[in-house]
Amino acid sequence: MKIRNFIITFVSAIALLLSTATISFAKVVGDKIVLGAAVSLTGKYSSNGVHTQNGYNMAVDRINSMGGIKVGGKTYKFEIIYYDDESNPKRAAQLAERLISQDGVEFMLGPYSSGLTKAMAPVTEKYGVPMVEANGASRSLFTKGYKYLFAVLAPANLYLDVAIRTAVELNGGKGVKIAQAFEQDAFSQDVRLGILDAAKDTGSEIIIDDKLPKELNDMAATLVKVKQMKPDVLVVSGHTKGALTAIRQISEMKVDVPMLAMTHCDAAKLSKQHGKNAQYALCASQWHKTLTYKDKWFKDGMTYDADFNKMFGYAPPYQAAESSAALLVFKDAFERANSFDQKKVRDALAATDMQTFYGNIKFAPGGQNVSKPMVLFQVICDSSGKCENKVVAPLKWASAKLIHPVPKWSER
Amino acid sequence: MISVQACLDGILLGILFALIAYGMALQWGVMNIINIAQGDLVILGGYIAYFMYLYGIHPAWGVIVSPIIMYFVGVGLYKLVINKVVDRDLFISILATFGISILFMQLMNFAFGADVVLANSGYGTTFLFDSNVVLPNSKIFSAFVSIIFAICLVIYMKTSKLGRAIRATAQNARAAKILGVDTEKVYAATFGINAALCGVAGALISITFTIHPYMGLPYTIRSFMIVIVAGLGNLPGVAISGMGLGVFEEFADYILGTEFRIGSVFLLLVLILVYRRFKLSKKREYLK
Repeated sequence: MKIRNFIITFVSAIALLLSTATISFAKVVGDKIVLGAAVSLTGKYSSNGVHTQNGYNMAVDRINSMGGIKVGGKTYKFEIIYYDDESNPKRAAQLAERLISQDGVEFMLGPYSSGLTKAMAPVTEKYGVPMVEANGASRSLFTKGYKYLFAVLAPANLYLDVAIRTAVELNGGKGVKIAQAFEQDAFSQDVRLGILDAAKDTGSEIIIDDKLPKELNDMAATLVKVKQMKPDVLVVSGHTKGALTAIRQISEMKVDVPMLAMTHCDAAKLSKQHGKNAQYALCASQWHKTLTYKDKWFKDGMTYDADFNKMFGYAPPYQAAESSAALLVFKDAFERANSFDQKKVRDALAATDMQTFYGNIKFAPGGQNVSKPMVLFQVICDSSGKCENKVVAPLKWASAKLIHPVPKWSER
Repeated sequence: MISVQACLDGILLGILFALIAYGMALQWGVMNIINIAQGDLVILGGYIAYFMYLYGIHPAWGVIVSPIIMYFVGVGLYKLVINKVVDRDLFISILATFGISILFMQLMNFAFGADVVLANSGYGTTFLFDSNVVLPNSKIFSAFVSIIFAICLVIYMKTSKLGRAIRATAQNARAAKILGVDTEKVYAATFGINAALCGVAGALISITFTIHPYMGLPYTIRSFMIVIVAGLGNLPGVAISGMGLGVFEEFADYILGTEFRIGSVFLLLVLILVYRRFKLSKKREYLK
């Protein structure tokens, strides 16, 4: 009996010790600032979840090796606790709760996708934990009055706005006829709202306005309408699947439209999967390596691209670049706050005004980044069939001239 | 011309769906199992064609290779799981296949990644009526292959020994058993044939549309609806209802807008079921 009592006491003592150890480990301890992140390592967002994680890791590595973060005269290093949210919003909310109340994390990084960010934001808000996110662009994230949520990327309604404005400009300032097809999810519908605003501003007319179902696999009916009504611009947004389906069916049905603008071409690896059929498609992107923004840690886009390639063996999609930028924002805020008080860090984040290799970052009161425009690139192929994405708009950043109108299929 | 285009698009799409529904009707009729994992078998078949494409083999060969591999997957699945639920009530089998569906999704996600992929056949386009009607050859190819497989299956069921055994088991499993049919073997073969049909459909889908580990469910639902509309054991009905639904879908999409596409199909399903019930109740009155 005695031995049994002894064992029970011993085990519980060790358990107690371990639990306090993990809690104290997870705050700002010693020379470490521990950030929490739930990213999708499995499930349907796992490819982009991994890009997000790689982007975070790359920045942690870089900041730590370049001297870390200086707060109150002491130098700290970043460390991230990751959990896999399985691409599931419920799980993401649970993990946010766990990171904060069990692991004692006081600062968070965002997950991948608007949907998961939406699930986590109420939790971080409740505990007053500042969260810098890099992959939730839905407008609804920034209209809820969240005080602790900051997004380094441009909101979804700005994704294809620039395409409409460019088309109007090329049309001599007169309004254009727009055909649009959007998936019925929060993100794509926000992109759609942006187009509606742009159309109103420029006096353009929307002649086809289709909502694609989530299990979208076939948009032949929309394309038949496009063939008949001959719009000036066709806008499609339906994540990776939408981009791939659109290019496949447009090329198969030989739909001629002067301008085709889409989202998620990066993630869909359009030029790899479709080759020359993807040529001339315009794609909205948060970032492109040829942009000339600069910072001290990654220098510029080209260097980031090369370094990332060396570290992970593939070219960084914009999802990785924006994730890296989130850590630069955190570092900057910690140093300006000169404290680990959550309220002070939050205020410092709100006052952020900096340039990173990824773009300028300045937050609006809603938490979205308003000082970085979206860019449009065009898929351009050479005669050997090798395709490349070239930035064509806005003009300030353009590395190639926009090819407009898109040549007819019969002339290609 | 628009209506011709919508009609042809619908028919080509419908034929492909009918092939999947055909497999579902077969095993539903024979084994009384509603296979929720039907769509996931389709997607797995698609991945086989996709990997052939990645390794430089033309994905059209997938319609031969994929069913062969999928047949064994189907038989294996039967031996592992389905044989334990085949005589139980429908609810158990739905649960079991639902579990298989989740497992398949996760395994495919794990093995192939979460990217949306497709296999390019490089087939061109057919222009009809002064290029007012445009048909991708890949869709025509899929419809053609689906019809060939369906016809082969019907002939096989009519003429071969196994086909006769399958039909006998569908009519009355106990009687078939008493008369010397090895029903266990028949069940395994039926499930294998169903999986093989899914494999063919999957290969065709990777050529005409896109595939993704989580995209199976819409195919399950669609084939379920086609079978319900056609009625069990009515194989020609499956083909007709498949094409009918395809055409109806395209027209609904064109007239009402894409957002009402799926909704209108479900509305049609409800109307058909109500109509059936109405007809049935009339019949009863007449018999009195």
